Amino acid sequence: MDINFLEFERPIAELEAKIEELRHVGDDNALNIEEEIERLERKSQDLTESIFAKLTSWQISQLSRHPQRPYLMDYIERIFDDFQELHGDRTFADDHAIVGGLGRLDGRSVMIVGHQKGRDTKSKLYRNFGMPRPEGYRKALRLMTMAERFRLPLLTFIDTPGAYPGVGAEERGQSEAIARNLQVMAHLRTPILCTVIGEGGSGGALAIGVGDRLLMLRYSTYSVISPEGCASILWKNADKAQLAAEAMAITSDKLKELGLIDAVVPEPRGGAHRDPDAAATNVKQALLSYLDEIRDQDIDQLLTQRYERMLGHGRYSE
Amino acid sequence: MNWFDKLMPGSIRTETSSKRAVPEGLWAKCPGCNAILYRAELERNLEVCPKCSHHNRLGARRRLESFLDPEPREEVGADIESVDPLKFKDLKKYKERLAVAQKQTAEKEALVVTCGCLKGLNVVAAAFEFKFLGGSMGSVVGERFVRGIDMALEQDAAVVCFAASGGARMQESLFSLMQMAKTSAALGRLRAHGLPFISVMTDPTMGGVSASLAMLGDINLAEPNALIGFAGPRVIEQTVREKLPDGFQRSEFLLEHGALDMIMDRREMRDRIADLIALLTHRPRP
Repeated sequence: MDINFLEFERPIAELEAKIEELRHVGDDNALNIEEEIERLERKSQDLTESIFAKLTSWQISQLSRHPQRPYLMDYIERIFDDFQELHGDRTFADDHAIVGGLGRLDGRSVMIVGHQKGRDTKSKLYRNFGMPRPEGYRKALRLMTMAERFRLPLLTFIDTPGAYPGVGAEERGQSEAIARNLQVMAHLRTPILCTVIGEGGSGGALAIGVGDRLLMLRYSTYSVISPEGCASILWKNADKAQLAAEAMAITSDKLKELGLIDAVVPEPRGGAHRDPDAAATNVKQALLSYLDEIRDQDIDQLLTQRYERMLGHGRYSE
Repeated sequence: MNWFDKLMPGSIRTETSSKRAVPEGLWAKCPGCNAILYRAELERNLEVCPKCSHHNRLGARRRLESFLDPEPREEVGADIESVDPLKFKDLKKYKERLAVAQKQTAEKEALVVTCGCLKGLNVVAAAFEFKFLGGSMGSVVGERFVRGIDMALEQDAAVVCFAASGGARMQESLFSLMQMAKTSAALGRLRAHGLPFISVMTDPTMGGVSASLAMLGDINLAEPNALIGFAGPRVIEQTVREKLPDGFQRSEFLLEHGALDMIMDRREMRDRIADLIALLTHRPRP
């Protein structure tokens, strides 16, 4: 797969292009070329590491929505066995921006619910750019309560620009659908583990994001409004998105520092899209180890902890 | 531009221009029917136009004063204040915005919670102050709301909340978002204890407040013609690229689409909400 480089990755892209060029020149002095390629590859890796060591919030925000970033289905096929997708909210429709179903994680049954984005134009439209409508949240709700009934741990995966702002979505009660999920998840009698794998876009993300543990992939983001949205309201200029991204503390490391998430899941060098297999391995490892912490806990105790965790969110003086 | 557009939230703005077309205090022009009204009379009428019943916005404190019995009353969480956890600065510092809002409204924060009685029934009533940073929900709003619920659990009281908010407060970023989960979780506990929650949505109730506590009422009410929704009308218009239908996201629209139990005139709320609570809790009509 050709890598789609972002603006700030240009020096890496240039090096990679040079490497590619060398690979295509004649085989005359194959040895020298091999050496040169190796040297440049090492250089490219070092460069990637040094650039990625000091990413700005805005750059991370771009990575979180990278067109090649692995989406939910990419993780599902690498992490779970026997995935069986379950469709529909039983009332109105099947929302393709939310995917859910049963599967096995290391041999044990789990319920999986998450946002799904599309890769090409057709699938982007099919997935509505990962922006669920109320029926998506109600499908999620149906699967959550099913998980509760069968005592299946619930694993949710967050990757959305936000809940869909459309006429139909409002008519069918977008607000109510989100609010209901928040309330039900807070008291759902099964362990819940939430992972932000890409874009954590506001209420549309939180609506499947209330649980016992919250993990974030290193280059994912989670915020109350998109940097562009925040900039256009507070700076009255959408071009100030970089400033807004910085001000809002939307990155995994900052949110960890603020105590709002439990752990940062490492990504391969250059981001998850550079090596989706390695990214999935990391996610799987994190899921297993954090699920271990909560899976066998007494459910009433777990619910008390979850409640206290929810109520503990917020900073104020008194 | 009609008066709806002028009053639309989305950006955080205080209502000045449209309402104060008639200068200085004594008289007010109704944005609904253009009648010139005696300001004192409008106030006595809870800011509802006596001619056309247009509901103007009502401040949090005045709302609670007019809703609850005069005695007993105890404010909940009055000492809880914002701390600016992110040292947030846009064109202005968040701290400065807070200070300005505090000065303008004489409130410390955007939610006032009072424990008291409604026609003799134990009630915890919360009201959003829209003039305080657009009634936005940050850490303090969430915490005050939850303290109100704790108080209700202690006193076996019903909870009534008057929402008026543009949504979550951006300046506290994810802390604000988490208030949606926090308030919803607490309402879940109230629900488990069998205590009623009456949610009253007033103009406007949008975004994160609408998508959490406001929509979780056992009974969802709205004042006439209030703007209520998840996404702001302008955002939707930009997304779908078409003109929105008349009355879109207004109370009557929500009632028609099944999101509300009823629309209620502000002047009848004391009596009718008291009776709703009494009905839910097996008590005679207060």
